Amino acid sequence: MTTASKSIVRVLNVTAMLVLVAIFVIPFLWMISTSLKSYSETVIFPPKWIPSEIMWSNFAAAWNSGPFLKYLMNSVVVSISILLLQFTTITLAAYAFARYSFKGDKLLFGITMVTLMIPGQLIFLPVYLLMSKWGLINNLLALILPFSSSAFGIFMLRQSFKQVQEELIEAARLDDAPEWKIILKIMVPMARPTLVTFALFSFIAHWNDYFWPLVMTTSDAARTLPIGISKLREVDGGAAWHILMAGNMILVIPILIVFSFAQRQIIKAFVYSGVK
Amino acid sequence: MAQIVLKQIEKSFKQEKIIENLNVTIEDGSFTVLVGPSGCGKSTTLRMIAGLEQQSGGEIWIGDKCVNGVEPGKRNVAMVFQNYALYPMMTVKENIEFGLVNRKVPKQERERLIKEITEIVGLSEYLNKKPQALSGGQRQRVALARAMVKNPAVFLMDEPLSNLDAKLRHQMRTELIQLHKRLGATFVFVTHDQVEAMSMGDRIVIMNKGQIQQADSPMKIYDDPDNVFTAQFIGTPPMNVIHREAIFPYMEGQLHSDIHQVGFRPEKAMMTMEKKPIAGCVQFSARILTRETLGAEIIYQLEAKLGLVAVKSFLKPLEFANEVQISVPMKDLYYFDHEGKRARQYERSEERELVALGGGYA
Repeated sequence: MTTASKSIVRVLNVTAMLVLVAIFVIPFLWMISTSLKSYSETVIFPPKWIPSEIMWSNFAAAWNSGPFLKYLMNSVVVSISILLLQFTTITLAAYAFARYSFKGDKLLFGITMVTLMIPGQLIFLPVYLLMSKWGLINNLLALILPFSSSAFGIFMLRQSFKQVQEELIEAARLDDAPEWKIILKIMVPMARPTLVTFALFSFIAHWNDYFWPLVMTTSDAARTLPIGISKLREVDGGAAWHILMAGNMILVIPILIVFSFAQRQIIKAFVYSGVK
Repeated sequence: MAQIVLKQIEKSFKQEKIIENLNVTIEDGSFTVLVGPSGCGKSTTLRMIAGLEQQSGGEIWIGDKCVNGVEPGKRNVAMVFQNYALYPMMTVKENIEFGLVNRKVPKQERERLIKEITEIVGLSEYLNKKPQALSGGQRQRVALARAMVKNPAVFLMDEPLSNLDAKLRHQMRTELIQLHKRLGATFVFVTHDQVEAMSMGDRIVIMNKGQIQQADSPMKIYDDPDNVFTAQFIGTPPMNVIHREAIFPYMEGQLHSDIHQVGFRPEKAMMTMEKKPIAGCVQFSARILTRETLGAEIIYQLEAKLGLVAVKSFLKPLEFANEVQISVPMKDLYYFDHEGKRARQYERSEERELVALGGGYA
């Protein structure tokens, strides 16, 4: 390839990437911009990117429009509890599937995989009935327990557990390490990239989850941020976009913090796994 | 005391029998090498001693205890793996310490042991490094230190040197021999390399197809092999083994009908230019195919009417002629029967001197 055609390819590449970046970033920037505008500026045409006056008060208005501290706490408790529960269950299940052969292991793993194909909307009714029978409606447990394990997590973790050399486990056995220590000190650190990635997926999914909390709760005491924010729309005389976007910012900022932290961890974790 | 006794050990994977009726005693404090071609069951045997593999039948005794149902960690053995199997997320120190922590050795004692061991293997400066920051030789030392620190009665080593380059391997061999002397523990070493086996072991167990071919001291095995397999497995180049029909015309006297094959070590053959009969020798002419000059010794590959033959000469000038005369003393011939077993009763070995590798005929 000549240098000229090489640079043309490069230009096309970069352009394509810029377009992709724009598709993802522009709505986000628009959200930030809107969250800082006054109401009148949100509806003017042509739209303005930079607000003439930065309205930090939008955040206060959003925050004070409902029991947002309660929502935030509920979101934190639900997301973190789910994560901790999932870590426990998927680690144990993945270890068993990856390292042991027992009667019915293939069948059990098959069933686990099948659950991946069933959408939540299909099973929410029976789960709702179950939760209601247990008296857990309007209880955070109803938001946590149905997600106490993850077939996707088991699948991912099983793959990375399978890649750990057999000798490492044997060496640990000869070092008189009990099974739980082999899992905790050898397997989990080796599977760190997978665990961090999974944690990120799981956290974002449950932090942003709207459907499940909406179905399982009727009182503010057990509701989470996404529901609180959607209620900002229900204002008389049309949506107050600036307040709504400020609410969305409140929702998104914790994810950004978690993401930036996890990103550093992922890179670090990948450096770790350089085994030979 | 940590003598290892294997009694009627059997091992099958699925339907296939890998090892059948294996009986061997590994003496306390010995450096025993299990050697054989790949797939002969030597690694499996070692892993069964370690407890990483469950035997299908038979008993394993370590010391005065039958360890059949005993966990690997409780057998008082340590193992060094071919790929070292160091825990990559732990530092050198944590790697060495892991076994001690699991045994609930108090912290002060651990520190003392680690300091002592790392000084022996020369790792003191690397305690806080991760294994991937170390060279192959250093990793090997960490693996050794990890084994040594537990002060086991038995060291099991599964081809621990095969990932090292030739020079380092040589050096580690010597270090391992010294280590064995110093610790006085029982070493069981698995290798496929017969040179490694000869140079390290005070006892060699040769295995093939799940069966022990011969178990003896290195020189005994070299000078007095029990069968064709052992004769050809030990020694470089291997013993020349020739079918009776091919060699018979060149021999004086009779050859008993039980004798199926005749063998001689490459260094026992004399190579001369002129054809002159020597009493008590098998003589034939041959053509030189290749010459391997190794310095003190030269290995010739020859083609004779009776087949391909290797001859090794020591401290002699390189032979350039194409056609040479080969003479092998009758007393240096080994006879094998139809099953490949030695037929010692027909040999004239009473005159044979038991000479080491470097012997030969000047």
